[in-house]
Amino acid sequence: MGLEMNGYRLDKSIEADSESEGLVEEIHGHHPMDDLLRTERLPHIWCPGCGLGTALTCFLSALRRSELDLDKVTVTSGIGCTGRVAGYVRLDSFHTTHGRAIPFATGLKMGNPELKAVVFSGDGDLVTIGGNHFIHAARRNIDMTVICVNNFNYGMTGGQAGATTPIGGLTTTTPYGDYEYPFNVSALAAASGAVYVARWTVLHARRLERSITEALLKPGFSMVEIISPCPTGFGRRHKQREGLDTMRYYHEHGVIKHGADPRETDIKLGGAIIEGKFVDIDKLTFLEQRARRLEQVLGKRK
Amino acid sequence: MKENQKNVLSGEFFMQGDIACAEGAICAGCRFFGGYPITPATEVAQQMSKRLPLVDGMFIQMEDELASMNAVLGASWAGQKAMTATSGPGASLMMENLGLGIMLETPCVLTNVQRGGPSTGLPTLASQSDMMQAKWGSHGDYSIIALAPSSPQELFDLTIHAFNLAEIYRTPVLVMTDAEVGHMTEKVVIPPQEEIEIVPRRKPTVPPEEYLPYRVAPGEWVPPMAVAGDGYYIHTTGLTHDERGYPATTDDSVQWPLVQRLIDKIEKNKDDIVMLEKDGLDDAEVVIVSYGIAARTAMWPIQIARDEGIRVGLLRLITVWPFPDKQIRELAGQVEGIIVPEINMGQIVREVERCAAGQADVISVPHPGGDIHDPQKVLNAIRKAVGREVEE
Repeated sequence: MGLEMNGYRLDKSIEADSESEGLVEEIHGHHPMDDLLRTERLPHIWCPGCGLGTALTCFLSALRRSELDLDKVTVTSGIGCTGRVAGYVRLDSFHTTHGRAIPFATGLKMGNPELKAVVFSGDGDLVTIGGNHFIHAARRNIDMTVICVNNFNYGMTGGQAGATTPIGGLTTTTPYGDYEYPFNVSALAAASGAVYVARWTVLHARRLERSITEALLKPGFSMVEIISPCPTGFGRRHKQREGLDTMRYYHEHGVIKHGADPRETDIKLGGAIIEGKFVDIDKLTFLEQRARRLEQVLGKRK
Repeated sequence: MKENQKNVLSGEFFMQGDIACAEGAICAGCRFFGGYPITPATEVAQQMSKRLPLVDGMFIQMEDELASMNAVLGASWAGQKAMTATSGPGASLMMENLGLGIMLETPCVLTNVQRGGPSTGLPTLASQSDMMQAKWGSHGDYSIIALAPSSPQELFDLTIHAFNLAEIYRTPVLVMTDAEVGHMTEKVVIPPQEEIEIVPRRKPTVPPEEYLPYRVAPGEWVPPMAVAGDGYYIHTTGLTHDERGYPATTDDSVQWPLVQRLIDKIEKNKDDIVMLEKDGLDDAEVVIVSYGIAARTAMWPIQIARDEGIRVGLLRLITVWPFPDKQIRELAGQVEGIIVPEINMGQIVREVERCAAGQADVISVPHPGGDIHDPQKVLNAIRKAVGREVEE
């Protein structure tokens, strides 16, 4: 039985064996991204309604579109729900410690500049516990694409507040509402020196895919912030019990504004989510700067 | 980055210990240093920043020691021999990802030029008070290799050896020196490059579809290591993982054999790893067990005591971890007393006591750090151990 969905062909067959303990359901599908996934590890751990599946699909589509040599693409993740991405991609992939994906990937890139370093992790991992590494990698303009999935809370540990939780946000550690000023991930990247910064919700999947493709091909530090539903941790405390409720929210509150000043894209509870490509500039990468300086000073000696 | 040995030094030098560490690393093939300045280890980073670009290597000053340790791990997974150097406060920050290095089985070297603690302590002055941190500093059960040089020459030699051990056992190796040795300037002989033994990384020989990154061949302890870019599409994780490198966290069926192997690959190879310097042990009635600069400080009191007719021997631990249990146990059966001077309030002495198991008196000669031992105190301990009267 063939089924067309969004251009992807799904072969779906259901086998029911009344003699076995329960209904055995097998869904055999050929997904066009299968060869980029460690399919033996599926199903993934993510909750129903989570946006990470969409984020990962967009990344894999972008990766294919980028035509990068897959032998040289590395994916490094930290800890958390998004941190599990490294474990699902059929690439050289590293699941590291909490907050430390960026310095690990920095080592990969510096150890072998032929590698493409992708960091795929969450907001808590990248800009809360790992915030220092995030700003310094951007400052150095390390050749690296950072994909930051922002769901405004710590999902895996049960919905605690993080540096991105909006004021008033209800989480398991802000039971009376968050009263800390949050980070704006895109503004933080831009202010720290990133050459490419874009933000999309998972609702805007095609635009997201295009942005990730651009980021992958951009020399220097590129960052794509993906706003993503967490019905289990965040959504259900904000009248978005299902992932679909959050997607509706994105539909109603998403405002596409390419070239917006990142400082004016703060995300507030119940407010607009400004999306688009905010930064796309050119400057020498860390390795180019280094090569140029060493050539100037050591050129004759080497 | 292609191998470029043309700028590797050889000859006789008047060299500071920290510099000797850096030069040893370069001789060993280290082509990546990620670090953060900290007294008294800064000179290692400085030397690497100057020297690595000359040998097609990469130096990067990271934003902190958490990042430094991770960058070292990343570089190792990119195929480089990689190291960092730090001291107490930095070592504390590195412990998190030293654990990651152990769990991922990542060859690399961490030099700790120890200074007085706790906390900021004595930034410019020596101690040996991180010896137990070296053993137990990261969370979880594991085993570690730690070497203790007592001179700039040995800091050079043991840094090379640390890189070799790191490759053989696929593990981070610690070089536990201190501010005295790190900042001491002495003669250092660097042999011609071709005379220096260098252990290369052991890569898989099977094609990618047959390769399991954590499968260990029968009779071996350590799996061959494919790195990023080799086309093996490896996955590795700090979670407890099976032979494929995939998480296996629902019960202890993988945890047990994995943790056991991480420990056994070092502990079961003690005979190959442990290095000791022995002097006058055959007829000794009392013996000094020490390491690093504290062992060197003991040389003078040993000489005086021998002149006084006391049969005193020296067992210097060049390898502190894994601990030479067997040798200490045997020694304890042969002597009256074991004296353990160390520049801490008594860390390795606990291991000595454990191994001696009451067979001999074990006497700690502690020192909180800041200076080396007053040799007179070690001499007094020797005299007391053989029942002589001592004027305090």
